[in-house]
Order: sequence, then structure tokens, then C-alpha cells
Amino acid sequence: MTQDLKKKAAELRMDALRMISKAGSGHTGGSMSAMDILVALYYGIGRADQKKEDDKDYVILSKGHGVPAQYAILADLGYFDKDELEHLRQVGAMLQGHPCPKIPGITLATGSLGQGFSAAHGLALSLKLDKKPNQVFAILGDGELQEGIVWETAMSAGHYMSDNLIAIVDNNKLQIDGTNRQIMNVDPIQAKFESFGWRVIQVTDGHDFKQLLPAIERAKKNERQPTCIWCHTVKGKGVPFAENKVEYHGAALSEEELKVAEEALLG
Amino acid sequence: MAKYNVNLDPDCEKIATRKSFGEALVKLGGKYKGIVVLDADLSGSVQTAKFAKEWPERHFNMGIAEQNMVGAAAGMAARGKIPFACSFSVFVAGRAWEIVRNSVCYPNLNVKLLGSHAGVLTGEDGASHQALEDIAIMRALPNMKVVCPADHYEALSIMQAVVDDFGPTYIRVARQGTAVIYDEKVSFKFGKSDVVFGAANGELPKKVDVCVFATGALVGSSLFAAARLQEEGKKVIVVNVSSIKPIDKKTIIDCASRAGVCVTAEDHSVIGGLAGAVSEVLAEEGVGVKLVKIGMQDKFGESGKPVDLYKKYGFDEEGVYKSLKKLV
Repeated sequence: MTQDLKKKAAELRMDALRMISKAGSGHTGGSMSAMDILVALYYGIGRADQKKEDDKDYVILSKGHGVPAQYAILADLGYFDKDELEHLRQVGAMLQGHPCPKIPGITLATGSLGQGFSAAHGLALSLKLDKKPNQVFAILGDGELQEGIVWETAMSAGHYMSDNLIAIVDNNKLQIDGTNRQIMNVDPIQAKFESFGWRVIQVTDGHDFKQLLPAIERAKKNERQPTCIWCHTVKGKGVPFAENKVEYHGAALSEEELKVAEEALLG
Repeated sequence: MAKYNVNLDPDCEKIATRKSFGEALVKLGGKYKGIVVLDADLSGSVQTAKFAKEWPERHFNMGIAEQNMVGAAAGMAARGKIPFACSFSVFVAGRAWEIVRNSVCYPNLNVKLLGSHAGVLTGEDGASHQALEDIAIMRALPNMKVVCPADHYEALSIMQAVVDDFGPTYIRVARQGTAVIYDEKVSFKFGKSDVVFGAANGELPKKVDVCVFATGALVGSSLFAAARLQEEGKKVIVVNVSSIKPIDKKTIIDCASRAGVCVTAEDHSVIGGLAGAVSEVLAEEGVGVKLVKIGMQDKFGESGKPVDLYKKYGFDEEGVYKSLKKLV
């Protein structure tokens, strides 16, 4: 199964790179670092892709700038026509630069960092109130952890023992202006979440499905406290010349770069 | 015009509209099970404690963290709940503004924001806690509606209308007692203003000396001031603009075009609030009439008893009377 997921992730990476390139702008690095997490949620455990309200787990991309990765998946799963990917970020098009709920498969407006996490917890609280079994996955960037609302949310989810909320931190170590360490240190991530009453599961390679899938399974079973899956990732993952390069945070690939990326990803 | 009985006695009963809000919320909570209430450690002050007691499972105290309160409300609304996120106006409209913008208004979610302790009527807590810009910053947001009750009964009616309606709404209420000018017959509608004074037998005079557009506690002050001026032979119209957005252009134009001079009256900055909204209508429609703005003149408030602050800034009956007197 993990081989299939790897292949799927490589294809979706190309879709994301192509749509960003066509748009002429967008967030390459963060889309690549979050792709395997999203693939694990949509193709690996099966509940994120349920179109029936009662069956699905919610996937909230709080780091909304990585949304090309999610758009590639939603198109692949038939939430909307794949042709839409050609029109990302263009006037009058459906696919906006950051997620908004007029797009099928997107639940909340995110991308103003930290807010998706807060609203994801609102979803989780309302699901509990209605005694629904659905779970909510919120994917956060590591730079995003610098937003105050993230810790307001962490505190409240710990307080309410929201075990249907699972935060996944895409810890690629980079942000626009440089490394997290240079700009504003976010470590220790584990101790921070634990001190707010969360269980933390560390995934040392956030691109390895053999680690991601069991971590998600464990998080789903955790009771009486929210769970944070802390994933070490590589910004620009899969695109050799962009990996760990801060310059590719918000850069679209050129035609030539796309060819090199395609060769590396699809062989 | 003048559809409702209006109390003209300045010594009438006074009720704080935050209390009216709290009272309405408990009743509506029994009828609408989708209503959930979020607080930021001010459930006593903003009068949501009664709801919390009656419906504890639907009450969420988010602690002193207004941004997360609004964010969580957005998530609840995304699943069909009717969340009321409640705090002081300064915090729910001010501190949480960008969350209101991006998480509530942009996706057009059914979140109701309750801003209490608006204006200098907040009193002793001083400038840090007296919201004077909230109407301006809420009004500027697409999809957001902005309402401000003139009194207790209108607040009750507003609450029913807000729950019947879909979409984000900012409800502005005050800490201190506001003159009860209406009775239970008053019926609020979004986008409708009420002429509370100046229409004889339901008809507006062709010409009046002054037309006052007021909101919140200033409706009462303007009403009592207008009654005095009328005794002195002046013709005055007073319009209660409780629906600030959407605004009742028709009534504003109709009344303003009969007036020698127009006045806006609000416990809010004269920049961007009711004065801004009325100016926009008058300018857009080419109603060439002078507009005088009663409100905070681009200043912060200060500590003091509400009654003293209203006196100092000319927001009480006497203050509005003096302002109008200069014009007629």
C-alpha cells in the first residue's frame, strides 16, 4: 500500500507544481512538504474522502498557502473538474490562492495563519456537542506556530479535552524570511503541546507512509485529550533543487525546472 | 412613519441593552437548539451567564482569548450552529477583527457577534474599554450586518430578527441603562429605520428645521431634546437608525430632503460610524444638505460616571438640545 501511496503522491506533486507554474505564483515549498501528510489522510486511512457528512473526517489546511497540494487531491478524487487546476489564481476562477469554502471539498476559509486551527477546533466542539464520531485534522506549518491564536486554540482544546481534534505539524524548519531558528524559534514543539494537555506523536520522517499511517491511526484512537502529530518534513520535498531552499517558499517553477522536477518525481 | 408608541418622558425607566440581549438569548436558546454561546470570561458583564446556566452544554467559555473565541465560532457555524460570540465591543470587534474578517465574513458564516460596553456609556473603565470605532470597522466588512438597539424592547426584537436572519451580524449594546422609549409592539427589520419623532398623523411635514439621525442611547437623548425644541416652535424629525448596515436609504433621503440641516448622533467616533454611513447616503444621492456630527470628535474617552461623561461630551438630552439649538 505504501508503494501505491508514494506513486500517487509523486503524481499529485507534479499536478501541484504544474498548477503553480501555470498560475505564475504560489507556494511550491510548503505544498511539497505537506503533500504526503495530505495523501495519507485522503488515500491512506479512507475517511477524509467520504462525501457523506456523517462519514467523513474533516481535513483543514490551516497552513492554507499549501493548498495546491489539496487542490490536486480534490481534483483527483472528483470533487471538481481537473481542468480547474489550469486556472488557479486567475480572475474569475474557482480556485483561489488560499482555501475558501465555495470550493467543493474545502470546509473553512484558511490561510490567515492560525485561524484554520481555531476554527477546526470549533468544528470539533460542535461535533462533540452533536455526539458525532467525525474527527478533525488540522494541518499547521511550523512558522504558523508563531501566531498567538495557535496557543489560544491549543489551550482551549486541552481544556475541553477535544480528542476529536488532531493537529499535524508540518515541521519543515523554514519560513519566508529564513529558518525558524533565525526568525523566531518555535522549539520545543513537543513540550509546548504537551504542556497544554496534548498527546504528541513524533514522526521523524513526514514523507514516510510507514510512519505516517500508524501515527494517524494512533491519534484517532487517543481519548480524552487532543493529539498533535509532529512531523519532520523537508520543504520542497521531491523537487531536488528546491529541497530545503527558502527561495522556493513562494516561487513558481519555470518550464525548465518543471522538466527537471518531472524527471525526478516520475522518472 | 411613527408606527410605534414612543415614550417622551426623560425620566422614564432605563434598562441596559446588554441585559435585554441576555434576556432574549435565554428565551431564544430554548426555541432554537442550534444556538451556541461563546464567551471570553465576561459572561457576567455581557449577560450570557443566564444562558450558560440554562443551557450549559451549549455554552463555551473560551477564556480571555477573543481571537480563538471568534475562530471557534466560525468552525461551529460551518456545521450549521448559530454561534453568538460575546465580549466587550473593543475586544470582539477590535482585537478579533482580522479573524472576523477572514474566518467569518469571507466565507459568510452565520456567526453573531455581541459587542457590549460600547461607547463612553461604559463609564469608569475608561478609554481602553470604551469602543468608539467598532461600527466603522464592522461596517466595512463585506457580508457583515451592523445593528444597534435604541432601547430594551428594540433589543428584544433585534434578537429575534438576528436569529431569523442568516449571516454574520454585529450587535452593539451598552453597559448602562438606556431610556425605554418603545414598548413590546416595536418590530425591528434589517434595513429599516424608524421615524420616532416629527411625523404628525403619520405624515412628515414638507419642511423641518432639523432632522436628527441617531443610534443607540442617543436616540433617547435626541427624542427628548426634539420634544423641547418642538415646544419652542421648532420643527424637528428624529430617526432611529438601528439598522446601520444595511441602511435605510429611502427613509434617510426622504427625511433629509425636508430638513434645513441634518445631524447624526451616536456614542461612537464621528469617523466611519453612523455619521459616515449617513454621509455616504446623502452624498451618493446628491442630497445637498449640511450635516453636523454629534459623537466623539476623533478623540478617546476617559474614566467617569456614564452620566457625567454623557454630560461632558454632549450626549445627554441637554447636550443634544444645545447642539440642535445652535442650528435652528
